[in-house]
Amino acid sequence: MSMTSDRGARPGRRRTVRRPGDITFHGAALASGLTILAILAGVAIFLVVEAAPVLTADPEELTAGGFGRYVLPLIAGTVIASVIAMVVATPVAVGIALFISHYAHRRVGTSVGFVVDLLAAVPSVVFGMWGWQVLAPRMVPLYRWLEANLGFIPVFGSASSTGRTLMTASLVLAVMILPIITSVSREVFLQTPRLHEEAALALGATKWEMIRTAVLPFGMPGVIGGTMLGLGRALGETMAVAIILSPGVFTWVLIDSGNSTIPAEIALNFPEASGLRLSELIGAGLVLFLITLAVNLLARWVVARRADFSGAN
Amino acid sequence: MSKRIDINDLNIYYGSFHAVKDVSMVIEPKSVTAFIGPSGCGKSTFLRTLNRMHEVVPGGRVEGDVLMDGRNLYSRDVDPVDVRREVGMVFQRPNPFPTMSIKENVLAGLRLNSKRMSSSTADELCERALRGANLWSEVKDRLDRPGSGLSGGQQQRLCIARAIAVQPEVILMDEPCSALDPISTLAVEDLIHELKSDYTVVIVTHNMQQAARVSDRTGFFNLEATGKPGHLVEMDDTQRIFNNPGKKATEDYISGRFG
Ligand SMILES: Nc1ncnc2c1ncn2[C@@H]1O[C@H](COP(=O)(O)OP(=O)(O)O)[C@@H](O)[C@H]1O
Ligand SMILES: [Mg+2]
Repeated sequence: MSMTSDRGARPGRRRTVRRPGDITFHGAALASGLTILAILAGVAIFLVVEAAPVLTADPEELTAGGFGRYVLPLIAGTVIASVIAMVVATPVAVGIALFISHYAHRRVGTSVGFVVDLLAAVPSVVFGMWGWQVLAPRMVPLYRWLEANLGFIPVFGSASSTGRTLMTASLVLAVMILPIITSVSREVFLQTPRLHEEAALALGATKWEMIRTAVLPFGMPGVIGGTMLGLGRALGETMAVAIILSPGVFTWVLIDSGNSTIPAEIALNFPEASGLRLSELIGAGLVLFLITLAVNLLARWVVARRADFSGAN
Repeated sequence: MSKRIDINDLNIYYGSFHAVKDVSMVIEPKSVTAFIGPSGCGKSTFLRTLNRMHEVVPGGRVEGDVLMDGRNLYSRDVDPVDVRREVGMVFQRPNPFPTMSIKENVLAGLRLNSKRMSSSTADELCERALRGANLWSEVKDRLDRPGSGLSGGQQQRLCIARAIAVQPEVILMDEPCSALDPISTLAVEDLIHELKSDYTVVIVTHNMQQAARVSDRTGFFNLEATGKPGHLVEMDDTQRIFNNPGKKATEDYISGRFG
């Protein structure tokens, strides 16, 4: 009873006040969100529609006698190169990030961070040329050594004489994704609550133990996020790989010529492609799109799985 | 498992700022020693010199001696890491490691000492520390849940469990109840009472009733003016400090006629 009359007496109370600023911001945020979704959907639709002819076409007319047989080796090349890049770059990036955030003097740390950030400003064509002209020839002795000493492992089965191999491309990719992983990791490491660092130190942790106990676990979701950004970049990287690699059919041997990646394949063949060949390349692009999407979902899942333990609660 | 601490003419600096001046005192083993005083007078700073945690702050340094059963914590050959393994610390705000479960939190210090332990030993040590911190019955069914999911008072007792799991000689507490509600505060105070049968306990508190309730000895810190270093005004049995202090400044502070 009293509630009813109360409500009747102050009808305006239950309506939240809508300020013009809030309305504008709400609208802008909503619009940008929808735009992103629309663009994403547009890209997906374009890829599916353009790639569709491949699925219905006579396998004989396709490059490798079937879309699967065509795209699988490319997927393998792409994923192998990106994963090697990620595996090589992540520890180095985390190391640099820790150095900057916890070991170096502030001034030294800032300059190191600046240099690493500069790396991100180098165009990928330049990385490609550097990998081709500088890195590849210098990798040849190492590849020869690997072949001689570890040749019984299939991936080191035979060595290239030019060094223009998937391994070289992977290493260049590693350098290219280093800055993004480093800067994301550095930011999260710097945000480690002082309280937790002191908790570890007060237990008698050495600096490294403190980092292992407090900094790394706290920063892990961020490192994973940075790594996935890096992986995304490596998966999609075109120019560097196209320049460095002398592409060929798929081979497990990573230190010999051969192999290719989806982006490089598209970049090298797109200009002259038409008709079914074009659809085939776009189909490969669709596959790359799906892989990248899957990687991102996986990253989210990994981060969310430990959300209880993130300290955000 | 408890040690006597002798502090001789200790001066503490942050860079060029002289934070605490000329402190000498004796801290008895198996007792609770409380420090009271207005904020900014250097209680935390002083407390942190007892396990060399002040060195974590850039520019933090001391002059003088801190002797633990006769061994100088500041002699050249002493590693601060070893000091902190002997002298545990509980902070103002509960700070369980957010990425660790309750059990992992309790065992964190033991894992640092990097002894491999069997899982049954680990369970046993975990239970003993949690029982020692009066927390076992409340968390025994959720040892694998995050420590940050506990209430503030439980988190603080988890931090105490973490500190005692490594079996230190001394436990330092910097305003351990200031972020807790009255009920949790009582639980922690009860615990402090029990801890002194095994450890040397040193506690900073801004709450005089708390000092009166939990401590055997009380030291009163003060500072003459802001920017001046803090100093120890007097230290005596808690009873005497609160009933019959030797110095006028202490009496004024105790009776609330301060400043
Ligand atoms: N990390 C620090 N760097 C520089 N000065 C500090 C730092 N921590 C505390 N101080 C200074 O030392 C003095 C004592 O502080 P503190 O020990 O925190 O006092 P209390 O715990 O009694 O409130 C204060 O003047 C404070 O500003
Ligand atoms: Mg303090």
